[in-house]
Formats: sequence, structure tokens, C-alpha cells
Amino acid sequence: MDEFFAGLVAAGQELTGLRARIAAVTSADVRRALARARPEAADLMALLSPAAEDFLEDMALRAEELTLRNFGCTVLLYAPLYLSDACENECRYCGFRASRGQARRKLSLAEIEESADVLARQGIREVLVLTGEAPGATPWPYLEEAFSLLRQRFASVGIEIFPLDDAGYQRAACAGADSLTLYQETYDRAVYAELHPRGPKRDFDFRLDAPMRGARAGFRAVTVGALLGLAEPRSDALLCALHARSLQLAHPSIEVGIAAPRLTAAGGGFAAVHPVPTRLFVQILLAYRLFLPRASLTVSTREPPALRDSLLGLGVTRMSAGSQTEVGGYLRGAASAPQFAVHDARSVSEVVAAIRARRMQPEFKNWERPK
Amino acid sequence: MHSDALVLSGRAFRSRLLTGTGKYPSREMIPRVIDASRSEIMTVALRRVDFSSGGDNILDAIPRHVTLLPNTSGARTAAEAVRLARIAREAGCGDFVKIEVVVDDVFLMPDNHETLRATEILAKDGFVVLPYVSPDPVVARQLEDAGAAAVMPLGSPIGSNRGLRTRELLRIIIENARLPVIVDAGIGKPSHAAEAMEMGAAAVLVNTAIASAADPVGMARAFALAVDAGRLAFRCGCGAERERAVASSPLTGFLRDM
Repeated sequence: MDEFFAGLVAAGQELTGLRARIAAVTSADVRRALARARPEAADLMALLSPAAEDFLEDMALRAEELTLRNFGCTVLLYAPLYLSDACENECRYCGFRASRGQARRKLSLAEIEESADVLARQGIREVLVLTGEAPGATPWPYLEEAFSLLRQRFASVGIEIFPLDDAGYQRAACAGADSLTLYQETYDRAVYAELHPRGPKRDFDFRLDAPMRGARAGFRAVTVGALLGLAEPRSDALLCALHARSLQLAHPSIEVGIAAPRLTAAGGGFAAVHPVPTRLFVQILLAYRLFLPRASLTVSTREPPALRDSLLGLGVTRMSAGSQTEVGGYLRGAASAPQFAVHDARSVSEVVAAIRARRMQPEFKNWERPK
Repeated sequence: MHSDALVLSGRAFRSRLLTGTGKYPSREMIPRVIDASRSEIMTVALRRVDFSSGGDNILDAIPRHVTLLPNTSGARTAAEAVRLARIAREAGCGDFVKIEVVVDDVFLMPDNHETLRATEILAKDGFVVLPYVSPDPVVARQLEDAGAAAVMPLGSPIGSNRGLRTRELLRIIIENARLPVIVDAGIGKPSHAAEAMEMGAAAVLVNTAIASAADPVGMARAFALAVDAGRLAFRCGCGAERERAVASSPLTGFLRDM
């Protein structure tokens, strides 16, 4: 069992201790962490601590330098595409949870093509496919056709769907998916159990191991994330970053990424138990960048325009744009219910203009299938 | 033609500064960088080239007179590099290719073995192959035998701006080389570029240090001057390094006056 997972297993029983250690970090610890060229786990803990709140500007300067050297002045824009919102899970914070009475929708292949055309006309060349977890609604032949269709229209097809087993990820990769995103939601087992009372998503460990399975199956990029606000955020961010690092160590050829979704209202009124103020959110992003200089860092349209724009150059390298989080959201006609509230409703061209105004270059393509 | 031309596979170039197209704050800067640097060869990552019609194509930003050097970044095996090179050629990017096979996304170290295999295949297929490698003098010689047009050993990791950390191995490669040696990656300052040229490198490739500078166009000019200075110094005979200071009138200088 590698060091990270051993740590996580231990953390399941000792998160209280971990949180106490984070809270006890001193300014001297933070200064040492900032001085280290290659921060280790203890340094990451310092960067996420309350003591580091006084060092945000120093962290930002360092993050800016690291991002500039590793990524230049570029940010990649992509769009999500929801195929189906049928779901057997009962995630308390999600707009798609099973007990919600709304009508469920699934895109036909023709509708997937039409949605793809809409996105492609906006300049999108990288799409992230999402579904609820209901294999009956989205059986393998459907998924394979969808990935295969999208692969012809987009340079990169990412999937953010329910965790698959080894064979499932191999099947998805063969069908045309090349990148995988999966959020553990929270690394706090107790909170996880309480937030996922029913459905296959109850299985914490199956989900936790999924990014590694995806890496083994040949996905060229794997992104992890914690949904900040579900549990104590500093420890969730710490464990998420360690998860990303362990993926890097185990699979050095893969582009490991980290996303920082912050819980927003899901139309059913789930309020974050640990709301993350903007200052802490920025601190987490900066800590991610300092600890993982080569990882892509994604901020979605959950965040408002002014904040997203301010984060450019501080470490964010990927942004969704023109996002619709409802099934059929890119098509004309009645909209389904969204998975989460979008606070940056700008079109792709508006986001492009905002990026250029910050003297940065928006990119749409950063992958060419070599096979 | 310029008497000190850089010759790659029979093609002569005046400039010994190769540049890249990645990381710029705006693609519109690229022609100005070319102008300021007088660079005649520019790398472009195929993974960023949008071959679809109507796409925002980075190739449009590169002036027509510049020789394209597509690179295979993203490839993790020789087979993938070969496939990407062929995609580039079929799309009209010319027959120069920089083989970049990196299997380590943290330090971005190239895989020398896969790079050698890709070189063998692509050289036979008529490509002008410029392989990017870790400085291994044995592999450098094997790449020459495999048909490479030059050898491109790294100075230090991509984007690190740490200069010629690998200088001892670079020296050996340059001394043994029968082909141009182009130091690629890790050059962070014009003085690093000058040092490489003084050592006898045929050229240098600089991307991050220019693209991420506060004034990329100004930095491009600075690098061009440094490469010229280093090359001139090399041609004029740089002083040999000595262990101790040596007076300009050594002990036997008196004999001259007798």
C-alpha cells in the first residue's frame, strides 16, 4: 500500500489529529515551507494552515512564477456536456439526487451531435462528458457510441462519470475518452457516509481507487478534486493534493490535475456545512499550485466572473466556459434542472475577451491523439 | 550564403537561435519575437495545432519564412511520436521534426531509448530529425548513426530556467559530435545561451525564457545578441580554463628580450 493510501486509511481514524496539526502550524513553519524549492507534505500542511493566511501575497508571487515557467501565460478552455441526469444515488448536495422529483432526461445520439456542433461553433475543442450514475439509463453501448461520436468532433474527450472498474476504464479509453476527472467529494469517511446515504456511491474506497484504475487503463490525464465545503476544507484540500501527488508518483507519464469545486446551492437548498470564504478558497488554490507545480488546476463556472479572472496567472490553467449544467442545456427547448448553479454565465467569446484583457492567451486545444 | 551557417540536413540557416511558440501571453507576439531574434526555426507542439478548418490555428501566427519544427510532445512511445510526426507532415508542416518523448510529467525528462527508436524510423522515412534527449554521449552517437540531422541534449529541465546544469556531459557530446549539437531546454538567461555557444554548441533552442519574460520581444533580442557573442567567442578561440591564475608574463618571458 503506498504512502498516501496508508496515510488516508490512518486519516480515516485520525482526521481530528490532522486538523489539530494544521491549526497548530506557526508562521515560522509557513516561512520554511515557502523557502523550500520542492515542498513536501508537511510544507503543504503549513501552506493550508490558518497561519498561512498572513502570507497569501508571498504565496501568490511564488504561484505566479511557477505557473509562468510551467504553463506560460495560457489557460485552456473546455466545456461540460451532460448526457443524462438519471441517478441512483442520493447525494444530499446534488441537484440530480434520486429523490428529487424532476423529470430525468437523456440525450439521444442526435442530440449529442447537435450539442457537440453548438460547442464546436463556439471554438470548444475539448469536452468533458458527465452523467448521473444509472447504468440502466446509460448502458455501455450508449456510452461507447457517445464517446466515439465526440472523439470525432473534439481533440480531447474527458469523462466525469461514476467510477468504473478496470475493465470499464479500458472500455471507455478504447471508445475514445482520453482524460478522466473524478472528485472524491470529501476525504472524510464519516462525512462521506452521511452525505451518500443510498446508492452505489456509498462505496468510498471504490471511488478513492478509481483515478489509479483510470491511470492504469491508459487515460493520459487524470484530475482529482474535493468539493470544498462538504467537510473541513483545509484537511480535505490536504488529502486531495496528496492524492494527486500519489498519482504522479505512481504514474509519472500521466498529466495529473487538480480541481477546486466550491460547493454552491443545488436548488434543493443544501447549504455547505463548512462554507469556504473566498480568501480561504484562494489560499487553497495557491497551496495546490505550490505543492504541485506541474499539475493543471481547474476552476469551474461555479465561481463568479471577477474571481475567476483574478485567479488567472495565479495558478489556474483550465477553465470551463459557456457552461450549461443541465442535460440538453445547449439545445433549444425546455431546460432540465441543473446539477449546480453556474455563477459565471459568460459565453465562450466573453471569457476569451476577459482572458486577453489580462494579457493571457486562451487555448482550446492541448492534445493530439497519437494513436 | 553566410560563411558560418548552421547546416541541418543540407539546409543552411544564418541564425543559431531556435525559438518556440509555447507559453506566450498572446500569439500576436510571435512575429515580433521572430523579428527581434532573427530566429529562422520555430518549434510548435503538435498537440496545440488545430488542424480543423475554422479552428484558431497557431500556425497562422508563424511568419511564412520561418522553418517549422513540429514537436511530438504528448507522445509517450516511439510509435506515438512517429504517428504525430506523420500527422504533421501530412498537414503540410514540412519534414522537420523535433522528437520529444517524455514519460515523466514532473521533471519532463525525455525517454532516450524511445527517442532513438523514433529517430531510426523517421530518418528512414525522409524526415529531418532533431531528437530531444537527456545528455548521454553514447545515445548521442547512436542518434547520429540512426540518421538524425542534429542532436538536442537538454541543459536542464524544460521550463526550469536553470541553465547548463548538464554542462560536463554537454562538453563530451560536443567534443565527440559529428553533427550539430543544439542545446535545448533549461536555458533561462542570455548568459546561459552564450555559454553554450562558447562551449561549441552549434545552436540553442529557447522557449520559456523568452515567452515568460516581462518583455518577450526585448528578451528575444537579448538572446540573439548572446548567441552571436558566444559563437564569435568560440570562433575566435576562447581561453582555456586553468587551475591557477597565470600572469601574462610567465617566468620565461624574459627570454623574449634576449
